[in-house]
Amino acid sequence: MKIVIIDYKAGNIRSVDFALQRLGINAVVSADKDILRSADKIIFPGVGHAESAMQHLKNADLDTFIPTLKQPVLGICLGMQLLCSHTEEGNTKGLGIFDVNVKEFKPTNSADKVPHMGWNTTDNLKGELFDSNLFDKVKALPPQFYFVHTYYAELCKDTVASCDYILPFSAALQKDNFYAAQFHPEKSADAGEELLKNFLKL
Amino acid sequence: MLSKRIIPCLDIKDGQTVKGVQFEELRFAGDPVELGEKYAKEGADELVFLDITATHEKRKTLKELALRIAKNLNIPFTVGGGVSSVEDVSVLLEAGADKVTINSAAVLNPKLIEETSKRFGNQCIVIAIDAKVNKSAKWEVHTGGGRKNLGIDLFEWAKEAQERGAGEILFTSMSNDGTKNGFACDVYSKLNQICSIPIIASGGAGTTQHFVDVFNDGKADAALAASIFHFGEIPVPILKKELFEKGIHVRI
Repeated sequence: MKIVIIDYKAGNIRSVDFALQRLGINAVVSADKDILRSADKIIFPGVGHAESAMQHLKNADLDTFIPTLKQPVLGICLGMQLLCSHTEEGNTKGLGIFDVNVKEFKPTNSADKVPHMGWNTTDNLKGELFDSNLFDKVKALPPQFYFVHTYYAELCKDTVASCDYILPFSAALQKDNFYAAQFHPEKSADAGEELLKNFLKL
Repeated sequence: MLSKRIIPCLDIKDGQTVKGVQFEELRFAGDPVELGEKYAKEGADELVFLDITATHEKRKTLKELALRIAKNLNIPFTVGGGVSSVEDVSVLLEAGADKVTINSAAVLNPKLIEETSKRFGNQCIVIAIDAKVNKSAKWEVHTGGGRKNLGIDLFEWAKEAQERGAGEILFTSMSNDGTKNGFACDVYSKLNQICSIPIIASGGAGTTQHFVDVFNDGKADAALAASIFHFGEIPVPILKKELFEKGIHVRI
């Protein structure tokens, strides 16, 4: 199975690569369109600022290319936000796969710290990413994933997992062959590994 | 609901995990990566690795360690110890660290906080502060692994660190460290009022109740400890189970 991690100078590529290695997968890290086109699955990571990340995508001519991909694509963190319509971070237009806006967390009291950092519970899980015994067994105690972010995607028709921090937001999205997680599966212990395995099984 | 984080801390000297009492009397506690993996499996939420070796080879060994940890660990981890430049931070993040702690260098050159948080994002810049209470009940920041007292007020420094772009504050109370008599809860509570970024409490953990207190009374977002984990006094799974039973929201 050929897994390609998109390399566009704005990713937590090493962490994702290591997480796949722990699952026995040697991924290819590339921004080459032919290599991406020939992949079985693609991971679209991202950390940093949305505006500069989008500029890197444009420089690599990937902003128009990514939406044409037909194989399963998994966006992670900023990668997920860039797949949305628009983000308030740098007032940046996204790739528009998910018809939803990304907004900034606004604290409502002193207990609301931003960035949202740490392990949080997820609810309303559905779709192939969450289709496994591990997530069923823990229904009494919802699975927790590791989040680090200042901006969030609102709830929408593509939401396949929700999280509540200051307000309910999309923890994961799914539409056609595009999948996305706001949290970091590569840093989310067993629950994260299970999700990555589910993505690899698609 | 966001969980309170339990963070085992591994102090590393010459490649080995060590643990002292009030910053002195070091004891050996095993290979840091093996220990880290064990804690990750047991349910630790994050790990902190602090290199206390003082050699010029340090940057290279710390980078190699970060790389080894990143390959083997499936939870977030922070690396630090003598980080003093944008380049140091860059090397460690490049090796796979999720966050980097800056301590003395930030006190001596506060602009380093702006430079690193702008370049890498504030979520990966943790400002570590060591402070001790003096005779007139003032908390004074110490640098150089707790050796130098610059007379700087803890609360003023924490506020400044946040304003300059710190993503988290890791405050170690030197007055409590290694004593196992509990965290400095009143100090954390005050830090929580002053800061809008997460506060990691460190120094003094000895019992489960100490963690309950620092989360409930100290309002800490995370609690860090070393010897109670390294010497098996309170294993991570037992601590988390007890915290859960006492109504603290933790990941189990």
